[in-house]
Amino acid sequence: MQRSDVLTIESVDKWRGKAQVLHGVSLRVAAGERVALLGHNGAGKTTLMKIVLGLTPSGAGTIAIDGAAPGSARARRATAYLPESVAFHKSLTGREQLILFARLAGVGRDTTGALLDRVGLGHAADRRIGTYSKGMRQRLGLAQVLLGRPAVALLDEPTSGLDPVSRHDLYAIIDELADQGTAILIASHALTEVEARTDRIAIMRDGRLVADDTLANLTHSAGLPIRIRLQTRDDSAERIAAELGGTRVNGAAVDLVCPPGGKMEQLRRIAALGDVVVDVDMTPPRLEELYRHYSQEKAQ
Amino acid sequence: MIARILAIAGTEARIALRNRWVLMATLIMTLFALALTFAGSAPTGALGVDLLTVAVASMTTLSVYLAPLLALMISFDSIAGEAERGSLALLLSYPVSRAELLLGKFLAHLGALAFAMTIGFGAAGAITAAMGGASPESLIALFRLIVTSVILGAAFLAIGYALSALAGSATAAAGLAAGGWLILVVLYDLGLLGAVVLDSGGVFTQRVFPWLMTANPADAFRLWNFAASDSVALASGMAGAAKGLPFWAAPLSLLLWPVAALALARLAFARVEP
Repeated sequence: MQRSDVLTIESVDKWRGKAQVLHGVSLRVAAGERVALLGHNGAGKTTLMKIVLGLTPSGAGTIAIDGAAPGSARARRATAYLPESVAFHKSLTGREQLILFARLAGVGRDTTGALLDRVGLGHAADRRIGTYSKGMRQRLGLAQVLLGRPAVALLDEPTSGLDPVSRHDLYAIIDELADQGTAILIASHALTEVEARTDRIAIMRDGRLVADDTLANLTHSAGLPIRIRLQTRDDSAERIAAELGGTRVNGAAVDLVCPPGGKMEQLRRIAALGDVVVDVDMTPPRLEELYRHYSQEKAQ
Repeated sequence: MIARILAIAGTEARIALRNRWVLMATLIMTLFALALTFAGSAPTGALGVDLLTVAVASMTTLSVYLAPLLALMISFDSIAGEAERGSLALLLSYPVSRAELLLGKFLAHLGALAFAMTIGFGAAGAITAAMGGASPESLIALFRLIVTSVILGAAFLAIGYALSALAGSATAAAGLAAGGWLILVVLYDLGLLGAVVLDSGGVFTQRVFPWLMTANPADAFRLWNFAASDSVALASGMAGAAKGLPFWAAPLSLLLWPVAALALARLAFARVEP
């Protein structure tokens, strides 16, 4: 194997009572790789993370975190976790909370000041967490992820409740983590964010992994149509729509849908129309459409 | 391991101080101790014992109710509440074991409880001594009261953690704690009393009753304090209750309770999936 997989999940099953909530899930994350884990609420993302953390046992299958079993002291030292909604004790200060985590992780408290500065909490480090906004608590949660250079980071909805600037900062920090070799798994609903910010996309539905590839490969294998919009000179839209087999929009525009393989042919036909076409916009399928495709149609 | 227990204990102690739990508990203990000391200043002449002896007898009866109550109040939220807020999952993702987490909280809560007890009962002792109402014997009885109250509190702290781990939510944990207090401190004694009345001096009253009484931590606390000092027992009117038992029974029971309840709490905690 050339890839150095730090997190290996093999055929993991999980039952809650008589209901099977995970069905043979296999997923690998290499050092420095950022993988998005997508799925509806209840698809099994958080359950999978809790199994990796050793907080709940799996029914079958194997998991290795940097070679160690989930929940073992070695695995816990190698793993950082950001829960979906972090609740810290409101009467502690941000600095005190982070020092507690540093002591539990056994990494020493020297770096805590720098980490608080890094996540933009330096000015509020000695204020009680009870006075923090949701975004500040999330930043504090991120600071504890950065403690002690983890080999694996599991981030559960890291951007929920954050404003756009904070989201951008958060992904900048995630990129830094990846650069220093941390394998990162991000469970998220924010599709447009992970589209641009991750290396690979895994999609879960009803406890099964239904897709696991790069965005480009997923787009290719899904075979979703490409949308083309033409701006036309006045009164020719009707004619062009009929000629190319599209639909007229607003009188001066035409929408075309073509399969991924027919893109160039369609473009040549558009070029042949001459100067009645003023402008062309092409939209490849977005992650949202891919997500809908994989999370619904491939489920059976 | 020790470093992680101390890290948890330090944080919990800070929280108990900040949310004024320590202040409130100390105030409650001091107010009750002083009130009972002055309320008890009347009958000293009739019984031929000093003021502090009477005060210790009243404070023992007070502590039977108050020490378990304060202990349950600080411990009931420890596991269920943290699980509910999501902070337990994050804590347990760190290399800290559930036993270490439990012991860290226990150390901090026990320290807070011991502080409140020492200040409260100590204030009563200091004032009676200043008024000339204390003797070496009654000071020893006071010291015994403080130590045994802390052990009784330790037992109920651990019971509180066990109930907190068994409860599905913080609200359920509060209910279980209130129920546990009522059963162990109030209803258990009433049940025994009813059985003794029905038995009217038979085998149950002679043989079984003293052991059943010792098995309860609150009663073991009472028996230990009354058995150890004749004058305190005299002042409380409970001189006869402890006669049928070997001297080690009540102390052993009271000391075993925190250990057994902590073990139970650890077992219950193992089943919690944060």
